[in-house]
Amino acid sequence: MADTTTERGSTSRGNIFKTLEIDTRLLGMVGAFVIVCLMFNVLTDGRFLTPRNIFNLTIQTVSVAIMATGMVFVIVTRHIDLSVGSLLATCSAMMAMTQTVWLPQYLGIDLGSPLIAPLAIVVGLLTGAIIGGFQGYLVGYLAIPSFIVTLGGLLVWRNVAWYLTNGQTIGPLDDVFQLLGGIAGTLGTAGSWVVALIAVVAACFAIWSARRSRIAHEFPVKPVWAELLIMVIAAIVILGFVYTLNAYAVPERVLARQFEASGQTMPEGFTQGYGVPFSVLLLIAVAVAMTVTARKTRFGRYIFATGGNPDAAELSGINTKWLTVKVFALMGILCALAATVASARLSFHSNDIGTLDELRVIAAAVIGGTALAGGLGTIYGAILGALIMQSLQSGMAMVGVDAPFQNIVVGAVLVLAVLVDIIYRKKTGAA
Amino acid sequence: MAKTPIDRSGTPLVEMRDISIAFGGIKAVDHVSLDLYPGEVVGLLGHNGAGKSTLIKCLSGAYKQDSGEVYVNGEHAQIENPRDARDYNIETIYQTLALADNLDAASNLFLGRELTNALGFVDDSAMEAETRRIFQRLNPNFRKFNAPVSALSGGQRQSVAIARAVYFQAKILIMDEPTAALGPQETQMVADLIQELKKQGLGIFLIDHDVHQVKRLCDRAAVMKNGELVGVVNVDDVTTDDLLGMIIAGKKPGVAAA
Ligand SMILES: Nc1ncnc2c1ncn2[C@@H]1O[C@H](COP(=O)(O)OP(=O)(O)OP(=O)(O)O)[C@@H](O)[C@H]1O
Ligand SMILES: [Mg+2]
Repeated sequence: MADTTTERGSTSRGNIFKTLEIDTRLLGMVGAFVIVCLMFNVLTDGRFLTPRNIFNLTIQTVSVAIMATGMVFVIVTRHIDLSVGSLLATCSAMMAMTQTVWLPQYLGIDLGSPLIAPLAIVVGLLTGAIIGGFQGYLVGYLAIPSFIVTLGGLLVWRNVAWYLTNGQTIGPLDDVFQLLGGIAGTLGTAGSWVVALIAVVAACFAIWSARRSRIAHEFPVKPVWAELLIMVIAAIVILGFVYTLNAYAVPERVLARQFEASGQTMPEGFTQGYGVPFSVLLLIAVAVAMTVTARKTRFGRYIFATGGNPDAAELSGINTKWLTVKVFALMGILCALAATVASARLSFHSNDIGTLDELRVIAAAVIGGTALAGGLGTIYGAILGALIMQSLQSGMAMVGVDAPFQNIVVGAVLVLAVLVDIIYRKKTGAA
Repeated sequence: MAKTPIDRSGTPLVEMRDISIAFGGIKAVDHVSLDLYPGEVVGLLGHNGAGKSTLIKCLSGAYKQDSGEVYVNGEHAQIENPRDARDYNIETIYQTLALADNLDAASNLFLGRELTNALGFVDDSAMEAETRRIFQRLNPNFRKFNAPVSALSGGQRQSVAIARAVYFQAKILIMDEPTAALGPQETQMVADLIQELKKQGLGIFLIDHDVHQVKRLCDRAAVMKNGELVGVVNVDDVTTDDLLGMIIAGKKPGVAAA
């Protein structure tokens, strides 16, 4: 939000990043991510950076990344939410019971009805919002520390989920619902290119209109070549990502089965790419919505103000208690979305769904540069943090590192990332 | 400086009646009554911990008094929180500057009252433009519009707080030691600003430890000691020594009270 470049446009020619006004911290994280990927690619003889693995990595990251965007707001307001993994389980249990038991038995809406998936998701979102809002009420209005409220929630909601399902695994889930799981629902190549082009146009338009608005107010702007360069980089990233996901081909026997099912024979040499999964589209939509919320809405402004100085926020007329309720309710809604993706990916609800996710989510936000002291954090950082964590985990699994040692490395990386961040902030003098 | 006499025949802008508030066993403010008229500057004096900040916080909505009432323009005012105070056009510059360190000057200036565009999104460019405009008047040397206020000097931060009060056209302005962090030039600027606002008909409560400054800037001075009001005097009727005596000994000098 607050870019720290100074007024005078005379930034030294030597520092290209300064002219581009790219966040050096973002650059550092991207650098770390690239190094992790290249390292595992070498260690696995090139198996890490295949379209297939990148596709899998992406869909594995979605659930944690969705929650991490909400955790940014929670941590920015100087709170913490330890209950997200358990809340995910409760939302997942509610949605699984809704679609397999409650709707068919009590409302006569049978499995296979197009109403099942949307109704189940609405139930899940309401569950998340109500539970999250309730926890926010305890924190905001009753002044119980969020650490305690959500530590309690960690135990409570995990076991509420257990009671909802009597400890059973619930499945298989509705077919339409499963489309949000990842590989079961993708856009296909053509659709993915369309989305990519729309994204490129939108990115360029956003950059350009921000510039126009600054010019209209006679503020200093970046040189045109810098704006163009950023547009080109954005386009390359978007198109490259979609190209990679499109390059992951649907296995031949899966295609053959599809043709059989529709009573046709598959043409010789027919191939088809998966393209962008719906779950990834959901994550992108969440990321955009949360970024806009953080930067462009009063709600977002108040979240950062409250994190920076709660007393000042209160004295400026911000209702910080109600704000806390809203932040936790939003976190709950995002848990429900993550629950949709996670259970759809499994194709059933299981008791241990989301176990330890609270740690992954908090780690993703913190690795992504969210300061536990409050007031600082970015949505893209948290998503990148989730991606780095997932890459480490999958990479080590592919290399054949023992599971216990994987956790040792991930834990150490978390602490190291925060240390690097502290040193970076001291060096740059950033708050 | 020759002061134009204040017309106190009408209804006062603010009337605090018999305000009391205690923290634990400490009576921070003990049955204090004080009023303020349009175009008037009332100085609040007193030793550290006398209860000056606490008294004005009851007016600004930061605290809720245990007993006593506030009247604004003669009407009973329910001030439960800072939002209510703003609705009565009461603006406050707090002693401990109430700024969000991680946000820039414009975001702080408009905090709680952001400008939005047609879609309801906050309009940062418009807010920055307004901020530049008001700083042109208050502090023309200010340049750091895009830095978080944590990167500003004490005086620069002060000017953000002052700009906020001025921009939103307060009718009642509370300044809690506004010049404590300022150099001589900036202090003079605040003094000039107070004169200007006074001419526009604002009522100002000015908390200050400098009796000379109070004598120069204020029409009346209220002195507090241990939570109680020692007295209210016309500053032109007393000497600085009289004021010091009131602050230290808690005794009202033998002059007609205002
Ligand atoms: N939130 C609080 N909790 C407990 N005690 C408080 C609180 N605020 C003020 N007090 C006490 O109330 C008394 C009056 O404090 P106040 O801040 O009003 O003094 P002051 O006159 O503004 O002093 P100074 O000149 O140092 O700013 C002090 O004894 C102080 O310790
Ligand atoms: Mg004080």
